[in-house]
Amino acid sequence: MPARRLLVMAAVLLVACGAYLSWGARGDWAFILSFRGTKLAALIVTGTAIAVSTKLFQTISGNRILTPSIMGFDALFVLLETTLLFALGGFGYTMLDPAIRFAVTLVLMTLAAILLFGTLMHGTRRDLHRMILVGIIFGVLFRSLSSLLARMIDPNEYAVLQANLFASFNQIELDLLGISTVLIVVALFAAWRLRDTLDAMELGREIAINLGIDYDRHVLVVLGIIAVLVSVATALVGPVVFFGLLITSLAYQIIPGFRHRDHLIANGLLAGIVLVAGQTLMERVFHLHTPLSVIIEMLGGLAFLILILRGHTR
Amino acid sequence: MIEIDRIGFAIGKSEILNEVSAQLPRGKMTAIIGPNGAGKSTLLSLIARLISPASGTIRVDGHNVQQTASDTLARILAVLRQENVIASRLRVRELVGFGRFPHTRGQPDAQDGEKIQWALDLMALSPFADRFLDQLSGGQRQRALIAMILCQDTDYILLDEPLNNLDLFHSRKLMQVLQDMAHRLGKTPVLVIHDINYAAKYADNILAMKQGGIFANGPTQAIFEDDLLSALFDTPIRIHQIEGQPFAMHH
Repeated sequence: MPARRLLVMAAVLLVACGAYLSWGARGDWAFILSFRGTKLAALIVTGTAIAVSTKLFQTISGNRILTPSIMGFDALFVLLETTLLFALGGFGYTMLDPAIRFAVTLVLMTLAAILLFGTLMHGTRRDLHRMILVGIIFGVLFRSLSSLLARMIDPNEYAVLQANLFASFNQIELDLLGISTVLIVVALFAAWRLRDTLDAMELGREIAINLGIDYDRHVLVVLGIIAVLVSVATALVGPVVFFGLLITSLAYQIIPGFRHRDHLIANGLLAGIVLVAGQTLMERVFHLHTPLSVIIEMLGGLAFLILILRGHTR
Repeated sequence: MIEIDRIGFAIGKSEILNEVSAQLPRGKMTAIIGPNGAGKSTLLSLIARLISPASGTIRVDGHNVQQTASDTLARILAVLRQENVIASRLRVRELVGFGRFPHTRGQPDAQDGEKIQWALDLMALSPFADRFLDQLSGGQRQRALIAMILCQDTDYILLDEPLNNLDLFHSRKLMQVLQDMAHRLGKTPVLVIHDINYAAKYADNILAMKQGGIFANGPTQAIFEDDLLSALFDTPIRIHQIEGQPFAMHH
């Protein structure tokens, strides 16, 4: 049954992509396809990264309500970028090849995420309340440090960064798209190879160890994958808080069972459908009056509230 | 055989286990008994490599549990701790099926289906096999978890207070199943147990622990003795022989 639903979702995604590429197109098709095609690829790549990273995080933290963004992953990315700008100055920052700058932030981000969140999840007991609390504190800490640094940076220089750090599906950083796609494909492939292990990890540390999983090492590996996915997505569109939660919640509703082989694919497809269909509507029907990120954040926030109120916190 | 050699364990500054050494015989059911805070569950977790000792070594069937690959150990020993919170929304049959994971790595074959059904029947779970775990009572969920452990089909079966939440019928049934596995199949169940009369009736061997150390270790008949048990629990206990079995009166 999951296989059929996945096929239907894939078909819907194809239709959405077709609509996005062709709807209201006039003039030179080669130009339109390459222009819109690049944006389409960027939408799918980032959407998949955010959704899959959220699913992975929920698996290793043993709940269906926390996301990397709620735990401050993307705030950490913003802090690292701001620190980089602060350290290098506006001139140095802009002179640096975006790919190299990105690589440096990515390495730092992965190390920091494993260090911070690894220690948090290393304990023998996974306490949801403690995780939420620490996540909120981390998030606030990272954001406050970023804004402190932002105040100390020359406003003209900060403007360089500011454009990157607002969530926007309209202005995706296309210069990073190539390297981002490569990184995301590698990270997704790593997650896919762990799909059966992830099924066992979702049962909790002790049962997973009993089933022969090297749990503590795998938590660090998965945190590394999450760090890469979140960094890439944040670099491309800026921080989005509730999008991942919206997609994973939908996937839990649509896909029966617990298997990551189904859920990883479903999260990728659903993320693509929501972003591509949403962006098509925004661009063609509402003519960009409302940014897509605002609407998605609103729906995601609602999903978050409903999950909390219905007590689905495990 | 489980060989425990000078194991030490501490949480912060409080010492939980101090230079514990003991041997648990293969093919016999061992019950670990003792007062609260004696270190029984900690010892079980250490044997099952869920936590790492500060000092000392533990060998199960000759394998050093700290150094042997986790997936190799998963085919030798299975463990169930007391509190298990499961995040995934699973059906009973799917949970029990995870017992085959160490053998097949998530690629179940027809033989696994038989093993799963066998474990479900053993724990009288067939009527609930297609229910979700969150639709079960505490006792049914406990039986589902035990069925997963039995489905793992290991020589060593470590259970931390498996009778929690189980009614008389299922407690007795579980103890009989485990005893049968020891005597007929040569398996080695090790149970932390609070009801000492269940230990008296079914265990071949008793490991008595107190204040982070071994108080006594030996065949059940030798341990079930007035003075020894009274000193172990700091409570007057009298042993009566009823129908050839020791029975501890403690209230």
